[in-house]
Amino acid sequence: MSVAADAAAAPVLATSGLTKRFGGKTGQTAVDAVDLTVPRGAVYGFLGPNGSGKTTTIRMVLGLVRPTAGDVRLLGGRMPDDVATVLPRVGALVEGPGFHPYLSGRANLARLDAADRLADPRTSAQRVDEALDRVDLLGSARKRFRAYSLGMRQRLAIAATLLQPRDLLVLDEPTNGLDPQGTREVRTLIGRLNQEGVTLLVSSHLLSEIEQVCTHLGVMRTGRLVAQGSSADVLGSTRPSAEVTTPDTTRAAEVLAGLGLADVSPTPDGVTATLDGVAPEAVVAALVGAGVAVRGFVVRHATLEDRFIELTGGGFDADE
Amino acid sequence: MPTSDALPAAPADAPEVVEPVDAVGRAEQGARPGAVGAWLRFLRSELRLILGRRRNQVGLAVLAAVPVVIAIAVKVADPTSNGDDATFLNQITGNGFFVALAALALEIGLFLPLAVAVLAGDAVAGEANVGTLRGLLVVPVTRGRLLAVKYVALVLGALLGVVLVAVVGLVAGAVLFGLHPVVTLSGTTLGLGAGLVRLLLVVLYVTAYLAALGALGLFVSTLTEQPMGATVGIIILSTAMWILDSIEQLHWLHPWLLVDHQLALVDLLRDPVYTHDLSLGLLTDLAYVVVFLAAAWARFTSKDVTS
Ligand SMILES: Nc1ncnc2c1ncn2[C@@H]1O[C@H](COP(=O)(O)OP(=O)(O)OP(=O)(O)O)[C@@H](O)[C@H]1O
Ligand SMILES: [Mg+2]
Repeated sequence: MSVAADAAAAPVLATSGLTKRFGGKTGQTAVDAVDLTVPRGAVYGFLGPNGSGKTTTIRMVLGLVRPTAGDVRLLGGRMPDDVATVLPRVGALVEGPGFHPYLSGRANLARLDAADRLADPRTSAQRVDEALDRVDLLGSARKRFRAYSLGMRQRLAIAATLLQPRDLLVLDEPTNGLDPQGTREVRTLIGRLNQEGVTLLVSSHLLSEIEQVCTHLGVMRTGRLVAQGSSADVLGSTRPSAEVTTPDTTRAAEVLAGLGLADVSPTPDGVTATLDGVAPEAVVAALVGAGVAVRGFVVRHATLEDRFIELTGGGFDADE
Repeated sequence: MPTSDALPAAPADAPEVVEPVDAVGRAEQGARPGAVGAWLRFLRSELRLILGRRRNQVGLAVLAAVPVVIAIAVKVADPTSNGDDATFLNQITGNGFFVALAALALEIGLFLPLAVAVLAGDAVAGEANVGTLRGLLVVPVTRGRLLAVKYVALVLGALLGVVLVAVVGLVAGAVLFGLHPVVTLSGTTLGLGAGLVRLLLVVLYVTAYLAALGALGLFVSTLTEQPMGATVGIIILSTAMWILDSIEQLHWLHPWLLVDHQLALVDLLRDPVYTHDLSLGLLTDLAYVVVFLAAAWARFTSKDVTS
């Protein structure tokens, strides 16, 4: 088997036991034994609440921060040792836009391009303008960065990752500060880039923003990766639940338990339970048949939001 | 740069460079200027960044104003009241050539070090502060390459400042006093051409000192994310060295100070040139460059970039 075919089968990014402790041995563990796997061709949604370690993980992946333990395999190389050979194929936006305030958007991109030892200077101006065009900033290309709005800054940062064709784009909170329309445009852009064959790692703490485009998900919680896999796997592990509104709480709970539903628990005005493959209409029939006064009946399908809260919020036993 | 990476090799018509870029990459875009060209391109961009900054332009104007102020002050003042022997000031009325030397001797104590400190503060701490450092590193620019380009740009910036002072000094001197053959400190007379060569040597000697201070500054710049903090730190170090160097009782310390031999630049105006202190000065410069560039490299290549 050829080396190239081997590389195609391997994940674009794989970390094992990746750990970062800030401030010496006694310091805080920002990232704790993370095994990230981003398959080729994926749009990997990297989720987690503020401070859960997403940016720190990304910094280690890109060689900006040295891991305390563990290693990073990126596009066949080992980070941070292979920065010079691997990163030309990676476009990255880390923790918000960082540009020279008194240079124009175009001049800022031209500077990044000039710093790239593999970039062709003859096509520089054209590639800069194409990148600006992709994020709809061509009209403001000559404005100084300091005069850009938050959304324009964010878009310029995305444009900076598009100066070259890439195998992998790492976008840390790309929709931060964007209005709903801008968010949708970024989502569309992500989808289009993915169709062009680019693998994407997109971090966010706002799930609704990327839920629709992700093929894979990884969820961080206090430095640990608590769930990872294809979107269907991560989301599918919650089943739809039934929510009964009734004054006869005890009786209703007995009926639901009798039907074999799991996680039966009382709410202020009724009972909820997980529908373990039992048809909702059968549940309603059983309740009514048992004389429970049913005032309302709702079947809830878990959204990523619910799953996310479940994984990252209190109650879920993720800390072992 | 050839690497032993497990990646598809470059096509046979690009023999010396193994491209790390695969199918979607840039190897197909035809001949590129190569490593040196790419390096120069980054350096040009860095110089444009430095020179395009309004604050730096104002700084250059201030540097250039000093010789003009000196020339005018000497012209306006009563020539007979000029008894100060310490600098080249009292020779100016006889020969405008000395305006340039007087200006350099005056600015070497504060203005030129300040200029270097400002540029050094911007170099690494400044990029970290505005958040452009991480952007450059993921381009990727390797950390060694970034430091090298930053340092060369810093030295070229210093050279520009020194040359500007000398040239403006010559022009102001020529306009107000005329340029004449140069009487050396040894009493001999050099033709104007030979005198200008001596001035060029002074310019290079001062630049060598600033290059050494720049290495120290670059190291300080890797220690912080606050460019102002770095600049102030460098100024404090530089000024402290001048002060310590003026305290006779600390003579044992003097050989270790970067500034100890810098005023030996006057020896370039002797006939023949008195080289003893000058060579000690250059050796000290070299030692500072080596030590602090190594320190900057060690610090920067192992640093976590969390800005
Ligand atoms: N340079 C640093 N020194 C000390 N602690 C740090 C440093 N950088 C990050 N941390 C800590 O590491 C933890 C993870 O931070 P990180 O920025 O990776 O989170 P995040 O998931 O990106 O959060 P957000 O969604 O807010 O961007 C936080 O508790 C943070 O305080
Ligand atoms: Mg973050």
